[in-house]
Amino acid sequence: MSTRQFGAPVQRREDPRLVTGGGRYLDDLGHTAYEVAFVRSPHAHARIIDIDLSDAWEVEGVQAIYLHEDLPDRVGESLPLLIPHPALIAPRVGYALAKDEVNHVGEAIAMVVATNRYLAEDAAARITVTFSSLPSVVGLENSRAATHLVHEEAAGNISAHLLQEVGNVTAAMAKAPNRLTLDLTIERSACMPMEGKGVYAVWDSDDERLRIYSSTQTSTGVRAAVAAKLGLPLAKVECIAPDVGGGFGVKIMHPWPEEVLIPWAARTLGHPVKWTEDRREHFISSSHERGQLQEVEVGFDDDGRVLALDVRFWHDNGAYTPYGIIVPIITATQLLGPYKPGAYRVEFWSLYTNTVLVTPYRGAGRPQGCYAMERTMDAIAAHLGLDRAEVRSRNFILPEEMPYDHGLMFQDGRPLKYDSGDFPASLAKLKALVGWDDFAAYKEQATREGRRVGLGIGCYVEGTGVGPYEGGHIQVETSGRVNVATGLTTQGQGHQTILAQIVADELGVPIDSVHVTTGDTRRMAYAVGTFASRGAVMSGNAVALAARVVRAKALRIAAEALEVSAEDLEIEDGIIRVKGAPDTALALATVAVLSNPLRYAFDESARAATQFAGTFDPDKPPIADDEEPGLEGQDFYSPTQATFANGMHAAIVETDPVTAEIRILRYCVIHDCGIMVNPMIVEGQVHGGVAQGVGGALYERMAYDESGQLMNASFMDFLMPYASEVPHIETDHLETPSPLNPLGIKGAGEAGTIPVTAVIASAIEDAEGFPIRSMPISPTQLWELRQQHAREDAR
Amino acid sequence: MTALPGTEQLHDVTLTVNGVQRQITVPARRLLSDALRHDLQLTGTHVGCEHGVCGSCTVLVDGQPMRSCLMFAVSAQGHAITTVEGCGDSPERMGPVQRAFIECHGLQCGFCTPGFITTITAYLAENPAPTEEQAREAISGNLCRCTGYQNIVKAVMRAAELAAEAPTAASEVSA
Repeated sequence: MSTRQFGAPVQRREDPRLVTGGGRYLDDLGHTAYEVAFVRSPHAHARIIDIDLSDAWEVEGVQAIYLHEDLPDRVGESLPLLIPHPALIAPRVGYALAKDEVNHVGEAIAMVVATNRYLAEDAAARITVTFSSLPSVVGLENSRAATHLVHEEAAGNISAHLLQEVGNVTAAMAKAPNRLTLDLTIERSACMPMEGKGVYAVWDSDDERLRIYSSTQTSTGVRAAVAAKLGLPLAKVECIAPDVGGGFGVKIMHPWPEEVLIPWAARTLGHPVKWTEDRREHFISSSHERGQLQEVEVGFDDDGRVLALDVRFWHDNGAYTPYGIIVPIITATQLLGPYKPGAYRVEFWSLYTNTVLVTPYRGAGRPQGCYAMERTMDAIAAHLGLDRAEVRSRNFILPEEMPYDHGLMFQDGRPLKYDSGDFPASLAKLKALVGWDDFAAYKEQATREGRRVGLGIGCYVEGTGVGPYEGGHIQVETSGRVNVATGLTTQGQGHQTILAQIVADELGVPIDSVHVTTGDTRRMAYAVGTFASRGAVMSGNAVALAARVVRAKALRIAAEALEVSAEDLEIEDGIIRVKGAPDTALALATVAVLSNPLRYAFDESARAATQFAGTFDPDKPPIADDEEPGLEGQDFYSPTQATFANGMHAAIVETDPVTAEIRILRYCVIHDCGIMVNPMIVEGQVHGGVAQGVGGALYERMAYDESGQLMNASFMDFLMPYASEVPHIETDHLETPSPLNPLGIKGAGEAGTIPVTAVIASAIEDAEGFPIRSMPISPTQLWELRQQHAREDAR
Repeated sequence: MTALPGTEQLHDVTLTVNGVQRQITVPARRLLSDALRHDLQLTGTHVGCEHGVCGSCTVLVDGQPMRSCLMFAVSAQGHAITTVEGCGDSPERMGPVQRAFIECHGLQCGFCTPGFITTITAYLAENPAPTEEQAREAISGNLCRCTGYQNIVKAVMRAAELAAEAPTAASEVSA
């Protein structure tokens, strides 16, 4: 009996290669390619008056220097607006190379191609750009004040304005016995994958064909965008995501300017060209996220039940909006978490600033929404003197209310309808894990010892696995090797393992025979990409469906060869047997031969197949009318809506009474992503998500000065957590299956990150006894808050 | 504006990489990380920040962990360099740290992993039986954006066990 792979902590199939230096990341390719360096804007907002290239051309090894005026046709036109929306009233996008004007520090102006990167940078340093500076708009408050404009066409610096309302908030608020308002701030951070972006392109002039490698989260998206820009038939362009050193959202945005320019240069120069982003470039030209100002008004009854919730927020979208308003829409809708307010109104303004553009970063607007909702829950509990967990549970949507339709439209343009979840059960598990009910005694003891400790909580719901679709293609070779392809890309989530687990079970083959390819348009041309915690849900179900197609075909062929009914057959360990008569069997490899009746026998399987070739019937074609040669098949999974995962976190923090240093003593996670394909990998995703959340709560911020210079654009100054900053994470799981897909799974990729800022704010508030309304928080800021509250208390 | 860069002067450098003597000809400014990756095509060493903070490019120089992005290739003249490939260059020949990383799910995207493996290999050679707290401290100079470090700490502990079972494997690289 072969072991079921689905649900087992199977070790990752990608690892032996990656731990021995066998990974192939973007810069590991193309050792002989020309290399590129960019001249980027040192100004946040300026007009370009003149560019002098004469000195640069004198550098040995320079092959080409390009400015905007050199870019032909569509290459020189503005970059695409990827996701339009009716509420996006003043969309603005940039150019591959700046045209006349720059709108943030780091915007690419000139591109130098040389025989190596050192020489390209020498030449770039010798290019002189003359600017006429314009007033820059930095920070949400300045943008909202609109004393100066980022784009003249965007009045009030507003790119988008959206209002959604369910029920009558004004009436419900007026009737509510208790009302509170909260002003909240959350600052910018960024994905910061260890590998930045990178593009390598090869133009094959013999074949008139372009091959692009990009460190991307969507190879199909890059392929289509570049084909359109370069005016090439799609059939002549292929795009491959090699090993990708982390993404977390920044690499779903596409096409980045470099993804257009590098392929274009490779074709123009007839020579392979490569660009590898350096860390400073990543800080100042790849997207950020998170920055919002929020105003919450909440009306509630004396038991803490929310009767009316009125939220207004201002979202910093940076200089351009190529990715539309996905992030604030997610904040607006996912803010509700596991709760059902009586009436809900949310209104947001997405604002331009002269800073790097904003596109989804792990959590994608949810951490901000969760922060607003959870700060509100704590405020209600404090106002009424109730237990914070109790207030939450009184507002929960109950399991018997599922599916629960909020009456709002989600980011995919479909109803925000929760499919499943058991929030009371999750909360009970969390309280048990962290020892919720024992904390008061622990805190009392700590206080007696002169220590300050606090307990925080945060709950969230995450729409995962959004459509439109992903596909799976499976081919069984005559050696018995099973090739699986799906089009979405991988950045460390272990897709090669979990998809192999699914296929091994569905097809009945040993996992070692299954080989998964992701993100290669040569193998699967139809795909969307990796984002929205959709990899396992979308491609997992797609390969399961494809495996069922192949299995059915294998059984059909085997039934004919063995002269039995297909229903009497089973597949195990790659062998098809008659149930109850195990001696009547043939290998799947043999069926692969029979499926493809060639004139030639190449291998052992082909020779073995001859005995099953059947009787020759001159009236029948070798391949039946409704069949195709080859033991292969594909299918696509396209859901009607997202499937909603959820989780609840709690943390115990200690703040130093003198220095205001903040230490996380314990961090507990209850996580429900439906049925887990591989619990080891799910745990890893949760750990990593929490670590990024801790960074966002306590350390990471984008320190722009008033002129739009990013003052901390290096790992020396941007404080990404080391092992010394990340607590040990305790986890427990609930597995509430999704009724929406064949495997019952929900996404897990982003979950860990979502509530951390809310949880840490909650815990610090509990330790300090005054409200925390601005995150992230540093010891200095906490110390200043203490002084401020001490002064107020003294008055 | 600096003087025009003419033809760069090249230097012959002889160094030992993973036990094999190699000769390269490089400009004085070429980073050791670039020389290893592009001149010797040992691309297991990764460059994550190029300013010495992230640790992805960590190699062992005469057994000591060093940031290869902060070292010129010419400075490696006469020294013995161990890269991740030197800790085990194929799935059939993995060292204890590499095996522990797989067992403990100590990596996700794998980009920072080579820097951790070289760092931990050197650490365990000097501290064969760390406590969990010491293990965490030992890896606190390397950045990882995927794992949250918990399983890397676990991998250090497991690697120590594996190395104790087969002591020769652990001492190979420092030799």
